[in-house]
Amino acid sequence: MSTEARKPPPQIALKIRRILGGKAGWNGVAVQFAFAAILGWIGYEIVSNARANLENQHIAAGFGFLRNNAGFDVNQTLISYTGSDTFLRVFVVGLLNTLVVSVVGIFFATVIGFIVALCRLSPNWLLSRVGEIYVEVIRNLPLLFQILFWYLAVLAALPNPRQSISLFGIAFISNRGLVVPSPIGQSGLAPFLAVLAFGIVASLALHFYARRALFQRGQVIRIWPSVLALLFGLPLATMLVFGLPFTFELPQLRGFNFAGGSRIIPEFVALAVALSTYTAAFIAEIVRAGILSVHKGQMEAGSSLGLSRGATLRLIVVPQAMRVIVPPLTNQYLNLTKNSSLAVAIGYPDLVSVFAGTSLSQTGQAIEIIAMTMGVYLLISLLTSAIMSVYGWRVSRSLGA
Amino acid sequence: MKRVTLALTLALAAGLTAQAADAQTLKTVKDRGMLSCGVSQGLPGFSSPDDKGNWTGIDVDVCRAIAGAIFNDPTKVKFVPLSAKDRFTALQSGEIDVLSRNTTWTISRDTSLGANFTGVTYYDGQGFMVKKSLKVNSALELNSASVCVQTGTTTEQNLADYFKANNMKYEVIAFATNDETVKAYEAGRCDVFTTDQSGLYANRLKLANPNDHMVLPEIISKEPLGPMVRHGDDQWFDIVKWTLFAMLTAEELGVTSKNIDEKAKLENPELKRVLGSDGNFGEQLGLTKDWVVRIVKTVGNYGEVFDRNVGAGSPLAINRGVNNLWNKGGLQYAPPIR
Repeated sequence: MSTEARKPPPQIALKIRRILGGKAGWNGVAVQFAFAAILGWIGYEIVSNARANLENQHIAAGFGFLRNNAGFDVNQTLISYTGSDTFLRVFVVGLLNTLVVSVVGIFFATVIGFIVALCRLSPNWLLSRVGEIYVEVIRNLPLLFQILFWYLAVLAALPNPRQSISLFGIAFISNRGLVVPSPIGQSGLAPFLAVLAFGIVASLALHFYARRALFQRGQVIRIWPSVLALLFGLPLATMLVFGLPFTFELPQLRGFNFAGGSRIIPEFVALAVALSTYTAAFIAEIVRAGILSVHKGQMEAGSSLGLSRGATLRLIVVPQAMRVIVPPLTNQYLNLTKNSSLAVAIGYPDLVSVFAGTSLSQTGQAIEIIAMTMGVYLLISLLTSAIMSVYGWRVSRSLGA
Repeated sequence: MKRVTLALTLALAAGLTAQAADAQTLKTVKDRGMLSCGVSQGLPGFSSPDDKGNWTGIDVDVCRAIAGAIFNDPTKVKFVPLSAKDRFTALQSGEIDVLSRNTTWTISRDTSLGANFTGVTYYDGQGFMVKKSLKVNSALELNSASVCVQTGTTTEQNLADYFKANNMKYEVIAFATNDETVKAYEAGRCDVFTTDQSGLYANRLKLANPNDHMVLPEIISKEPLGPMVRHGDDQWFDIVKWTLFAMLTAEELGVTSKNIDEKAKLENPELKRVLGSDGNFGEQLGLTKDWVVRIVKTVGNYGEVFDRNVGAGSPLAINRGVNNLWNKGGLQYAPPIR
């Protein structure tokens, strides 16, 4: 009789127990399942109850309205849109407007925030006081008030289109916004773009090659002449062969307004300025806290190596501070994105204004539209968080922490 | 603004049971001892609060008349100011009993919102206001103009239709509230302000120099404004509908808030029927026999309400025009009380 080797006891059940029940064992698992079932039941009841009652009261329900014609116009559209497009298109138009003002706002908020933080930390008395006053004034005033201030202040200061301020006769500023010449693609556009893209990719590849050579073999390669040739020389040569890639259409005053050219509306400027200056005040404090969290000895070590104050900050202190800065910075980015919904107060056509506002009252389908809008904000926020997490992870990794 | 919508939506999603199962709006109102009435956030002549917080206007008087018919007390109304985009959700969720907020009667609103229009309190139409300094005399000269408009209104769609039909370009700037729209127009952000013509006259009074602005002659749409109630409670629908008809009938019969006591003593069969000494129409509505008397004593007949709020007796000084009675060349017509 041969003895069989003893099999290890089945581990799967044990694992489930450990994951779900914790220390409570199988009882814990049962409780978890019961809890999940109750949650699911409540959710189902809410949805089916609302659905049945909407039906009883003959209130239209469902997402079919997205295919209907919207029938109203929007004054800033990144994709082509007319009143005869659908509500789904309105949704995309509003979403893009929200995204563009958020991205621009985040960029400038970060730049202004870092500058103000460095001012506050500066040994120069005047600079540090200016930084301090900026932070204390801006962050202690309500954002809506600041948005209205920028909007009405900017509007009041600007002339009407017929008296608009001309910038060298090609761009015009008035209370209708900033009008600039718009580029119109010509036959040379396609090769120009292709060559430019090739130049950028090749330069990046060169950069990585040079870095590897420096770190692995200690070899210093001078790449800037080749990069210059790739980014400027090559496109210039293509232009000589294929002709100009685009010409500019100049804006002209016609009737009430400018015809031709592209326009940046004052609502966008007011909203972007208000959001970025406001959020910058918070970012400045976060950056300052991050820099102060790096031990003073690091600064002294930098100086003793003969590095200037700026170089020490840039090469030694800020990279270490980033570890502390990134998580709260993410919060501020999320806040800025969500605060952009205050746009409705000044008539900037963001998602809340055109979709959760106009579309909602044209269709009356509050539940569907609010759910979609909330879903989109959630998605944007989660994506921003994810991107910042990846960045934070890379910062930590590069410091070997 | 967003928070209000959100709260109302949640109330709508979670609280619909109560509304659907218990459609006894009249009983609810009586138990509460108060009528809840949705009005605008401030449109002179239709619904606006004065410096002491008292609401006045045609839309306000409709609600006061309903409260008068139920409680014989015009003060038993709670006015809920609503933006254009929050108004329907407030009605659907049961936050208000009647929406009397210069709302245009359209087929889509009548069929898809779970609510019904009960009648027309004011026949309006959309117009344009411009600065006189622009030297524009017709809406057809507005090509490439910038137009300020309040969001969530039929106005926004009429505007798109009108400029498209006439092959003109324009730029639209849409604001959430009426006041923000007027402020932007005054700051010069746009050349044109558009809304219902009555609203143009009302808003012109809010501007620093009303005489620098003019209303263009074109009327580009039909805007019949009226009160709305929820689906599913026919008794309540009848009460709101017949309150307006009672005001119109009173004007037609020459009954005013001043002469009603003398008129009630006359041996005129129609007057006796309307004023409740003959027949029981009021009780069939769920009200009292003297319901018309209560309404007229509370707010007056339709003509009095019109004059006091938007007509000759008000700063707006709008002509009766199409809002006159049918037998005086207008459109206002009430079915007979018999």
